[in-house]
Amino acid sequence: MSSREKILAAVAQNQPAKLQLPDVNLFETGTEGSLENFIKVLSAIGGKAYSINDLSEIDSIITDDIGIRGRVVNLVEGLNLTNAEEIITDTVVHHLHNVEMAVVKASLGVAENGAVWVTEENMNQRVLPFICQHLAVVVHQKDLVPTMHDAYKQIDQMPGYNYGSFIAGPSKTADIEQSLVIGAHGPRSMIVFVLK
Amino acid sequence: MTVGLFIPCYVDQFYPNAAIATLQLLEKLGVTVVYPPNQTCCGQPMANSGFEHLSEGCNRLFMENFAEFDYIVAPSGSCVLHISEHLHDDKQPETANNVRHKIYELTSFLTDVLKVKSLPSKFPHRVGMHQSCHGQRGLHLSQMSELVAPYFSKPGSLLNMVEGIDLVPLNRVDECCGFGGTFCVTEEAVSVKMGKDRVADHLEHKAEFITGVDMSCLMHMEGILRRQGSKAKVMHIAEILNAE
Amino acid sequence: MQSEMENSTTKDHAELSEEFNRDEERVNWHDETLWWIRQKRDKIVHQLPEWEQLREAASQIKLNVLSDLHNYLQQFEANAIANGVHVHWAADAAEHNQLVHQLLTNAGVTQMVKSKSMLTEECGLNDYLAEHGIEVIDSDLGERIVQLAGEAPSHIVLPCIHKKKEEIGDLFHKYLGTPSNMADPQMLTEAAREHLREIFLTRRAALTGVNFAVAETGEFVVCTNEGNADMGAHLADIHIASMGIEKLIPERKHLGVFLRLLTRSATGQPITTYSSHFKKPRSGVPIHIILVDNGRTVQLGREDFRNSLKCIRCGACMNTCPVYRRSGGHSYHTAVAGPIGSILAPNLDMKKYADLPFASTLCGSCSNVCPVKIDIHEQLYKWRQVIVKAGYAPAGKTAGMQVMSKTLSSPTAYHIAGKAGRWVLKHAPFAVNNKLNPWYKQRDMPEPPSESFGEWYKKNGGKKNEQ
Repeated sequence: MSSREKILAAVAQNQPAKLQLPDVNLFETGTEGSLENFIKVLSAIGGKAYSINDLSEIDSIITDDIGIRGRVVNLVEGLNLTNAEEIITDTVVHHLHNVEMAVVKASLGVAENGAVWVTEENMNQRVLPFICQHLAVVVHQKDLVPTMHDAYKQIDQMPGYNYGSFIAGPSKTADIEQSLVIGAHGPRSMIVFVLK
Repeated sequence: MTVGLFIPCYVDQFYPNAAIATLQLLEKLGVTVVYPPNQTCCGQPMANSGFEHLSEGCNRLFMENFAEFDYIVAPSGSCVLHISEHLHDDKQPETANNVRHKIYELTSFLTDVLKVKSLPSKFPHRVGMHQSCHGQRGLHLSQMSELVAPYFSKPGSLLNMVEGIDLVPLNRVDECCGFGGTFCVTEEAVSVKMGKDRVADHLEHKAEFITGVDMSCLMHMEGILRRQGSKAKVMHIAEILNAE
Repeated sequence: MQSEMENSTTKDHAELSEEFNRDEERVNWHDETLWWIRQKRDKIVHQLPEWEQLREAASQIKLNVLSDLHNYLQQFEANAIANGVHVHWAADAAEHNQLVHQLLTNAGVTQMVKSKSMLTEECGLNDYLAEHGIEVIDSDLGERIVQLAGEAPSHIVLPCIHKKKEEIGDLFHKYLGTPSNMADPQMLTEAAREHLREIFLTRRAALTGVNFAVAETGEFVVCTNEGNADMGAHLADIHIASMGIEKLIPERKHLGVFLRLLTRSATGQPITTYSSHFKKPRSGVPIHIILVDNGRTVQLGREDFRNSLKCIRCGACMNTCPVYRRSGGHSYHTAVAGPIGSILAPNLDMKKYADLPFASTLCGSCSNVCPVKIDIHEQLYKWRQVIVKAGYAPAGKTAGMQVMSKTLSSPTAYHIAGKAGRWVLKHAPFAVNNKLNPWYKQRDMPEPPSESFGEWYKKNGGKKNEQ
């Protein structure tokens, strides 16, 4: 008997009588996410938000406000950034190790926790939003939802993904005596441009 | 309405004043109280140590003594919780079930059955209220800080009826004192550390008396206070509610 | 790491806690740090008026999973395979470790980077692989620290909560070449970032845990704050994901419930920085999921204890436990410590872990912070009965309990014993107030009153009732 068979047999024998699933649709609000809340929570978790009217505002923010000088990879359609690569042709993902900033598009943002949902198709390479030193994300204000329940409802209506991640602010750790340090193994900072 | 008075074994032997106050308070409020003289213990010390199967004798004795009363009232959250959850007798399951449902801890009897709205008591002192765990989380005598739910406190509401009382705030409103039954000796180091920390919280807020619904918690904290040479004292809530 | 745990299994929780409590300052520091995390949890959960409904929903979802696990496991496997993911089954820790070893050997790899997986701690994976010539580097900062120290993690979410920054500074000085006396958390983290970045970029195999696996879609979710699971997995040539069979949830939308509960309960954050959903492998890089039993199906069959399998490994019970805070995770001498560990471990080895259900006052705080409403304190009580019946209570205790039972079942015996006890305390306190009495070590005994309540009532109370 294989382990698979052994385990399944043991489960069948030992599991209790069937109990019903609760209805979790009750938690969906079906409303729009508040920009104010999203910005408030994102700031509280170490991220920075910019509310913009047009993608053209981003270039100077990145260059002047944030002061990025190194390698930039920009995967946002319609966004022009000075001196940024727009396509990754190199298939050796390790060569992305020296990216200073990656700019990607998010499908939605969640107001209750400041997270954005980014799928592989918007990252091109899965490691990109993690290996860069600074991450910038563009999300439409109309794509903000209040809670995770609403987020998954929206995701249900989007095309499928092979990989996706809810990204909430910059990487961090508090493992050393509960002192919060921003910038662990992922990006040291994270900016969200919310496009009206 | 006749109430059978159940006095925890260690209260009977070491803290009779708490029992006397319970009796006097109930009688003051117009209750007919009977103390069955052959009672002993609820059986919790054995059961919590894993020896539930040895508490049959206690169960039977308890039912013999108390089955006849309209209500059973005890000045103890943990004993009442134990009886209400664990009292059983395979030979008399209905009687056992009946007893489980009519036993009350003192403060909940006062608020829920007698619906006391005022007390003639006076106790002009700074008092720290210790939330004994079994009463609080087990019997829901007051809301616990873990839950997102409206606050209430049966013992607290009664203490607030006492003239002159000054209830002190605490840093940790419902952390366990560390008595825990036989835990107090089998895990002595942690038990005492927990007790010391509770006591320190009350002393930091200048409590003159530490009170609660369970004499076991208070006995443990008293042991620490006296070892420290502290002037602060413990007093069962019955004695404060009965003070004039 | 494992060897340290083996040594400490000769001592039980009470002995290890006693040692832990010798340094009172340190206990205060440990206790206050964890209490602060409990407070952060309280602050954020009170912002959600629907918090208790979420807990109830999560509990019901997990109860449904446990009651239909046979179907969910097969559904998950079929969907994962359809996604192009390999699925393996391991009956126990040994088989899990062998499987991982085999996969690495097949891939021609002798070095692996691993993100947090308490399951692999439970299985003793790192030591097993080391014995077979495979180096494992733990990439979670807290786990890397305890790895360098040769210790096991003491908390399932905060692995080195028991370590002071100066101690970490010393470790980094010794192993990473940082300057001595550098204890600033920012600078230490920066040093770890550089060190581990090199590891991520050079390791061809990555192992991650699984926080949630979705039966409906075959995907699994890995949650981290540091980004280490993703850095490892997305740079490796093979990704192994180890999961306990109870980590399944039925539908993707249920993630809404669990991701809202998990991190708020664990650290007081609204969500972890990264909640990564792995559905299909990236081109040319296989994903291997290993479904592990290791005693879970046995626990599933225990009516009183099966609900411990609802656990989503948030650690809230440890943060709230007044005993855990004052004894530390290592006092539990098992991979998963604290209240949840104390109801999981006896199932694995009742004799070895017989002490754990007794390392509690049954205060009930744990059950009430548990995001999936496991009745932890009630299970602790029930385990005590099972352990005593199985014969694992200390002999002296059994004898003592039998005497107590006889005394308390007889009014006469009880009255005599009570009177005798009071007499001794009054007239011969030295008989009790000495080193043999553990109560007396740090507490005074109660003052013996001249009469018991029963005796008082006979004289005073009874008369009143006769009127």
